[in-house]
Amino acid sequence: MNQHTFDLSGKDNKTGAGSLLVKGEVDTRHGPILYLEDVSVSFDGFKALNQLSLYIEAGELRCLIGPNGAGKTTLMDVITGKTRPDTGSVFFGQTIDLLQMDEPAIAQAGICRKFQKPSVFDALTVFENMELALKADKRTWPTLFHRLTGEQTDRIHEITGTIGLSSSHQLRAGILSHGQKQWLEIGMLLMQEPKVMLVDEPIAGMTHQEVERTAELLLSLQGQRSIVVVEHDMEFVRSIARKVTVLHEGSVLTEGTMDEVQNDPRVIQVYLGG
Amino acid sequence: MKFIALGHDKTGASVLIALTAVTFIIPFCNLVFPAASPLHFSAYTVSVLGKYLTFALLGLSLDLVWGYCGILALGHGAFFALGGYAMGMYLMRQIGTRGVYGDPLLPDFMVFLNWKELPWYWQGFDQLWFALLMVVLVPGVLAFIFGWLAFRSRVTGVYLSIITQALTYALLLAFFRNEMGFGGNNGLTDFKEILGFNIQSEAVRSGLIMTSGMTLIAAFLLCRWLVNTKLGRVVTAIRDQESRVRFLGYRVEMFKLWIFVFAAMLAGIAGALYVPQAGIINPSEFSPLNSLEIVVWVAMGGRGTLYGAIIGAVLVNFGKTVLTGLLPEIWLFSLGAVFIIVTLLLPDGIVGLLRRRSLEQRA
Repeated sequence: MNQHTFDLSGKDNKTGAGSLLVKGEVDTRHGPILYLEDVSVSFDGFKALNQLSLYIEAGELRCLIGPNGAGKTTLMDVITGKTRPDTGSVFFGQTIDLLQMDEPAIAQAGICRKFQKPSVFDALTVFENMELALKADKRTWPTLFHRLTGEQTDRIHEITGTIGLSSSHQLRAGILSHGQKQWLEIGMLLMQEPKVMLVDEPIAGMTHQEVERTAELLLSLQGQRSIVVVEHDMEFVRSIARKVTVLHEGSVLTEGTMDEVQNDPRVIQVYLGG
Repeated sequence: MKFIALGHDKTGASVLIALTAVTFIIPFCNLVFPAASPLHFSAYTVSVLGKYLTFALLGLSLDLVWGYCGILALGHGAFFALGGYAMGMYLMRQIGTRGVYGDPLLPDFMVFLNWKELPWYWQGFDQLWFALLMVVLVPGVLAFIFGWLAFRSRVTGVYLSIITQALTYALLLAFFRNEMGFGGNNGLTDFKEILGFNIQSEAVRSGLIMTSGMTLIAAFLLCRWLVNTKLGRVVTAIRDQESRVRFLGYRVEMFKLWIFVFAAMLAGIAGALYVPQAGIINPSEFSPLNSLEIVVWVAMGGRGTLYGAIIGAVLVNFGKTVLTGLLPEIWLFSLGAVFIIVTLLLPDGIVGLLRRRSLEQRA
């Protein structure tokens, strides 16, 4: 339990005087890569998040489930800088305060997100979508004069292969099927080489086969990256999850393995409505 | 040289060829054939065509902002007018003692207002290089300040359009005032010389249309290169899904800002080329209606193609020249009708129509 009693009072963190902070490196020596503590968000009086505390370990694959309106998407909005919480603190590693950063800065630090509704750039080709996502200097001037190196091109082709779109990399993203768009967006996430991937409903609109491949892909990534998956499909969650967090009315109801969670009477009550 | 090879894009290539022809053949004919020859263009025709080229450049710059970056700027004419005023100030100072009052330093309207000395902001405009610098700098700086404030506060959509409209209207009112020192509602006119040559002469007219044409071609190729860079793709992505681009780590506001500033500078250059050919610049160039017209050119030609803006600007202005000559009172109604027809029937403009045709023929 001790590792979570993290001093949030500001600069005086407990990394110790002798520890070197490498700029741009995330300090995960204490285990978690994401710390959310007492986070509350309200919209017009409605508490979307209510004193939520959540810790994601480095390299972990975590599933978030919960009924509609439990605050899953709001939680992702808070982590990625889209929504500012009213209270609470959100840290990336032990040293990076995400509440001081905006969306592009958080994305560059290594927290990337796949949206619930597949958000790819329809007017651009699959290859160009991947190129925009590629980890690179994303300021205006370097972007203007950016040339893909052979290595980068290889990497785009490699990941296009991983997401099963090799043969369509010159197609415009707008004509892809819903499932393919989901894959493309996952591919774009991989191009950014994130430390944390937030994946909102990855399998909506996918065929059974695509779902299986998505599960394989996510499982193959755990360990290298921390992945947080929000999903409604319980069968899918069961197939990938080691640890499941159940959200309800803006806070964590319970955490545990899928079996533990499914047998928890409170979870059953929340899902069946009591 | 990828940006010169237009490849499969036949319309773009045709537009480029037509532009090159206008740029070089008209001045050539005027220099080679005597005035009586049917191949000799009248000074009027030359200056009208020259003005079309500057409008095309203005349309091109708006297409970059609207067609590629998705910012519906309804005040783009302001940058054109500012560039025009900077050039007009140079031309005013070239008049020298040949003005009505014969003052060697002060333009006529200042003598008329009983001003004793040249205001500080008129200093330096006796030099063409300085005026040309201001032609890009003044619109650029205004666009930078405006864009910095608007894009950082994430003002988008219709709200942004309204503010741009307000910007040009505010400038219109300001330039109407005599105390501003830009000639009030008469503006700047009665130009005599440019670089020591008579501005009315055929050689200068030919030179101006050639300069306008070459500038337009250069700007077209530059914009074409720009939209085919990674930055161009980021900008297109911003147009379609602004927030998604932020989550990829791009500072959307900076991309919008630089495109807006670059387009404002192009518009300023267009204005500077327009003024010596029109012979006048006055506050009406700031009127919101002018800015709306630019939007109609681009919409009619087809947004997001660059050459569509050129086609639209030339066609609408040709229509305007013909109609205001024959039936001046129906021009505005026709403009409105064109806008409605384009919006309802030709969402991709003339270029979209041509593309659909060629696809149908192939099928």
